[in-house]
Amino acid sequence: MKLIILENYSQASEWAAKYIRNRIVQFGPGPGRFFTLGLPTGLPRDHPESYHSFMWNNFFKHIDISPENVHILDGNAPDLQAECDAFEEKIKAAGGIELFVGGIGPDGHIAFNEPGSSLVSRTRVKTLAMDTILANARFFDGDLSKVPTMALTVGVGTVMDAREVMILITGAHKAFALYKAIEDGVNHMWTVSAFQQHPNTVFVCDEDATLELKVKTVKYFKGLMLVHNKLVEPLYSMKEMGAERSQPKKPYSD
Amino acid sequence: MPSNKSVSDASIVQFTNCRILRDHQLQREDLWVREGKILNPEKLFFDEKGSADVQLDCKDSIIAPGFIDVQINGGFGVDFSLATDDFKSGIDLVSQKILSHGVTSFCPTLVSSPPSVYHQVLPQISVRNGGAHGAGILGAHLEGPFISKEKKGAHPEHCLRTFEAGAFQDLLATYGSLDCVQIVTLAPEMRRSSEVIRELTKRGICVSLGHSVANLSQAEEAVQHGATFITHLFNAMLPFHHRDPGIVGLLTSDKIPAGRRVFYGMISDGIHTNPAALRIAHRAHPKGLVLVTDAIAGMGLAPGRHTLGQQVVEIDGLNTYIAGTKTLSGSVATMDTCVRHFQEATGCSVETALEAASLHPAQLLGIEHKKGTLNYDSDADFLMLNDSLCVQATYIAGEEVWRQDVLGM
Repeated sequence: MKLIILENYSQASEWAAKYIRNRIVQFGPGPGRFFTLGLPTGLPRDHPESYHSFMWNNFFKHIDISPENVHILDGNAPDLQAECDAFEEKIKAAGGIELFVGGIGPDGHIAFNEPGSSLVSRTRVKTLAMDTILANARFFDGDLSKVPTMALTVGVGTVMDAREVMILITGAHKAFALYKAIEDGVNHMWTVSAFQQHPNTVFVCDEDATLELKVKTVKYFKGLMLVHNKLVEPLYSMKEMGAERSQPKKPYSD
Repeated sequence: MPSNKSVSDASIVQFTNCRILRDHQLQREDLWVREGKILNPEKLFFDEKGSADVQLDCKDSIIAPGFIDVQINGGFGVDFSLATDDFKSGIDLVSQKILSHGVTSFCPTLVSSPPSVYHQVLPQISVRNGGAHGAGILGAHLEGPFISKEKKGAHPEHCLRTFEAGAFQDLLATYGSLDCVQIVTLAPEMRRSSEVIRELTKRGICVSLGHSVANLSQAEEAVQHGATFITHLFNAMLPFHHRDPGIVGLLTSDKIPAGRRVFYGMISDGIHTNPAALRIAHRAHPKGLVLVTDAIAGMGLAPGRHTLGQQVVEIDGLNTYIAGTKTLSGSVATMDTCVRHFQEATGCSVETALEAASLHPAQLLGIEHKKGTLNYDSDADFLMLNDSLCVQATYIAGEEVWRQDVLGM
């Protein structure tokens, strides 16, 4: 794993954004060659705070992505399990997920794979834990009865199939989950720990999120920042990449 | 990008690099238009998997809803209160010229006139959508003749009338037809005005109080019967008095029926009201302020003499008086100068100034679901303005109908 420790939320976000940009550019996407970006799913449609609105306002409306290339799990589908199975098929058809980007919950969950989720689970309907419902209450004016109790989510196994996984963790309230994810064993109570068995994981976090880690761990990875920063500097652009096509660059691996 | 839109094949235009007035704020967002209406891009993206056919760079302009002028007596030599043979081409001329002032919808206004004028002119005014030919007509504004002699202003005394035995029937007989009438200004202290107000309100006509010596309770009673507007606040009414605020007191009255709002027109040309008075009104009741021009035939023309209905008026700079007197009679201000002057005089935000000329008149006329905003599914009547609030381009139903000459006008 690469553990990237930045000072604060903005710096962590910026590092992650630059990394994703470089990964996309170096992959050299084009017609028929899709860079498949995986993201965790969320609330059902038709709500102002729905995942569709969130993704539109924070991502899609700022870029020129074709709507046909966007696949979001539809919580209003008539047959939810069929919707989930179809999603898995779409991932296969797109050539598999190149890079999965997600965060973790305070209870160590990835996407909505709550504590107790199988570490080889696939896309499915999941009941939400009380912690998650409480956390989501802010989107429903604090009215707990309005918060959905189920969600469609990619499984831990689905994410493990991605060629690379990036997890963003910021804030002191996530510190214990980060500790459980990387310094303790693989455990289905802290589903993010499954990525200890993934060949290509990047954890991007801020100082506050490291509060529960051993000083030794933090010092080790901070010492590696000189090397890790080579992943975001220089920042590549699609135009330059056309010229450098003859010298393919292999992403740095540990 | 292939566009396989399932709802319509019409061209989708995306206006980018602009700041749009939405939810009372200037936001850095793109404006999407299809088939003359504002489109919801999120729905387009997810439901139709559609995308823009044309992208226009607005060079960081401000995009605001088109201005709505609910009191304009004419302009460019055309007088709406004069029954001429080429009345129709006159109204067409004005509606076309005011596009450059940012007005996309208006109410042609008639001052107090003899019944023959109404009978000849009103049938020639029809409610119609705007377009390249000119701003849309929402309906006529009949200012008078059921107004007070003492506050006639520039209206000719011999045309003024009262409600006799017939009350509403008198009104109908005077005007001939109410088919295309949107607003009627009357003096509420007149006998039997309450039933007239009720009848007009029942027909969906906005009743405005003006040219009146009513006290506050008479004004409040009129509002309870359905009146919702005040014609050019402060002008042609009793001045504010601390023991009887008169019509001006409606701005802070506690007798307004729940859920209703009283709107008031202000001519912010720097002449009809002292900026301090404008500020007092704005601060007392900011959500009710509606900018109007009250422009007359001389607007847009050189100084000199012009007609206003049965009167002759003299224009000298921005001042317009009944010839030979010091009685103000309409203005030669344009809507965009009113918006700029209002913003300067009150120091209000750009959003507030723009809404006073777009959202508020739309709310007054009960048409804010399709005009006066840039909300999804509204009519795509909008303006591109620069930071000084000068109109650079005017659009009606998504089509550009006027653009500022690069060399300046």
